[in-house]
Amino acid sequence: MSKRKMFFRMITASLIRRRSRMLVAMLAIVVGAAILSGLVTIYYDVPRQMGAQFRSYGANMLFMAGQGQSSFTMEDVDKGLSHIDSGNLVGVAPYRYESVLINEKPTIAAGTDMAGAKSTSPYWFVSGEWPDESGEVLIGKKVASTFKLVAGSEMSVRYILEASGDEVEDATMDFTVTGVLDTGGAEEEYIFISLSDMEALTRKENAIDLAELSVSASQAELESYVKDIGDHVPEITPRLVKRVTQSETTVLSKLQALVLLVTVIVLALTMICVSTTMMAVVSERRREIGLRKALGASDGSIIAEFMGEGLLLGGVGGLLGSGLGFVFAQGISVNVFNSSISFQPLLVPVTVIVSILVTGLACLQPVRSATDVDPALVLKGE
Amino acid sequence: MSLLELKNISKIYGELKALDNVSINVEKGEWLAIMGPSGSGKSTMMNIIGCMDKPSLGEVLLDGVDISKESAKNLTTIRRDKIGLIFQQFHLVNYLTAVENVMVAQYYHSLPDEKEAMEALARVGLSERAKHLPSQLSGGEQQRVCVARALINHPEVVLADEPTGNLDEANENIVLDLFRQLHREGTTLIVVTHDPEVAEAAQRTIVLDHGRVAREVINENFAD
Ligand SMILES: Nc1ncnc2c1ncn2[C@@H]1O[C@H](COP(=O)(O)OP(=O)(O)O)[C@@H](O)[C@H]1O
Ligand SMILES: [Mg+2]
Repeated sequence: MSKRKMFFRMITASLIRRRSRMLVAMLAIVVGAAILSGLVTIYYDVPRQMGAQFRSYGANMLFMAGQGQSSFTMEDVDKGLSHIDSGNLVGVAPYRYESVLINEKPTIAAGTDMAGAKSTSPYWFVSGEWPDESGEVLIGKKVASTFKLVAGSEMSVRYILEASGDEVEDATMDFTVTGVLDTGGAEEEYIFISLSDMEALTRKENAIDLAELSVSASQAELESYVKDIGDHVPEITPRLVKRVTQSETTVLSKLQALVLLVTVIVLALTMICVSTTMMAVVSERRREIGLRKALGASDGSIIAEFMGEGLLLGGVGGLLGSGLGFVFAQGISVNVFNSSISFQPLLVPVTVIVSILVTGLACLQPVRSATDVDPALVLKGE
Repeated sequence: MSLLELKNISKIYGELKALDNVSINVEKGEWLAIMGPSGSGKSTMMNIIGCMDKPSLGEVLLDGVDISKESAKNLTTIRRDKIGLIFQQFHLVNYLTAVENVMVAQYYHSLPDEKEAMEALARVGLSERAKHLPSQLSGGEQQRVCVARALINHPEVVLADEPTGNLDEANENIVLDLFRQLHREGTTLIVVTHDPEVAEAAQRTIVLDHGRVAREVINENFAD
């Protein structure tokens, strides 16, 4: 039998037959590795997915009214769109904003094309359904809580057409709430109805305040579109926006910094736990170490054997942990970010190597103390 | 030339002389017993002969080499190549099977050889128990594994410190019979013991007291 084979036979026997003690260290490594691989997955995968969504679908261009005008028409929008390669246009959402009264309280109502809004604001989270018929309304979260409305509630919206002195001319329409909108932004204070309902309510047709566009193109292309439209469609002032991508980047970089910090702390804790356990293991096995030395083991072989056990533990723990970490990351991703992640095969060897390194580092001191054991202790009647 | 020569060795711990100017010669193939009350220096002497410690004064020649001047690293090599050790507390690695415990000694010495290790266990009558862990073996069986381990590398000298101290009468006899067999095969044996019966099995007994050789007894009745 080769020496190497006996080496592995000894260290695996030690790990397998002395389970209880090693389980503690193993558990620490598995948990550490799981958190490491899980958080690294989140670190890379979620921003990638969210970023991809934002970049390809989020609104990145606005049409506003041209110089000296307060609004523009759908025909103006179409004129503007004619300067954008149709293949690059992901979605467009026209908006008209009016102040309305709900229970006599002024609230902003937005008339829009729901399908367009859905495509230019993919990060809007609707509990319930998006409206798809006349008489249906999507309400912001704050509106919902102010007026105690939920999906399915009925509500009346009043619009003041004209007021002069005591004479008030108004119009009222009834709506069914289909969903509540959660965006984390100002939209939570608005209600959203279809453009045609808005026109019926306000008795004013074809007046758009703002259009949000999602265009899938490079920065240079976007800039040339803006220039073309500005030059050829005076009814519209086009503008590029970075609002979503910028806030996305700051949120994500904060998230990533947090993830990094937690990872470092977890690895440090794992190291402390493994180191303490190995220290206990070495002191528990002083007699065995003395015996091995008495049988002729050099310091080098003692180091190799204990390091070997530690590193094997690190490797197996890292392997188990990377699997567990994926499950953990998937759980977080699905529950928090509403997206599932793909398994990164490269992360397995990376986690295993990091676990081995961390375990190796944690074992340095305990293993050094193992070489200090005096072989003569085996003859002491301890 | 004797196999082992202790020349005026002393081991001094502060005020205490654990060994005080001791001189002993051991011939190749001899069976020597060392007796003496607790604290008389027996283990100290075994540690020095076993290359696990060095005397404060004096010379120790093993096979003509003065081991009292060697570095710890060289002592490890000499111990590995020339000494077989048997302990009162057996000292088996508790997570390795009987045969694996024997192979550990081969591993540090040269190359592990399971077949040879099994033969060594067969010699001490433990073929059937080779795959058992120490916790599944009786005290006597564990000590026999120790004997097999001590012999596996064909050492020049087998050192045994109270080998029967933790054994009952029956197992003590099994171990003594193994020693007799070893002696017939020419192995040099040095056995520390409290037990006069164990000492009487040897050819010669040296009695230590307060670190000095108090007496030396030749066993007239020694039977091969
Ligand atoms: N490392 C040591 N430091 C100090 N004193 C020691 C040490 N080792 C042994 N002694 C002392 O040396 C004496 C002889 O010890 P030892 O050789 O173990 O005796 P024995 O084995 O005959 O019982 C004892 O008094 C013991 O306390
Ligand atoms: Mg003693």
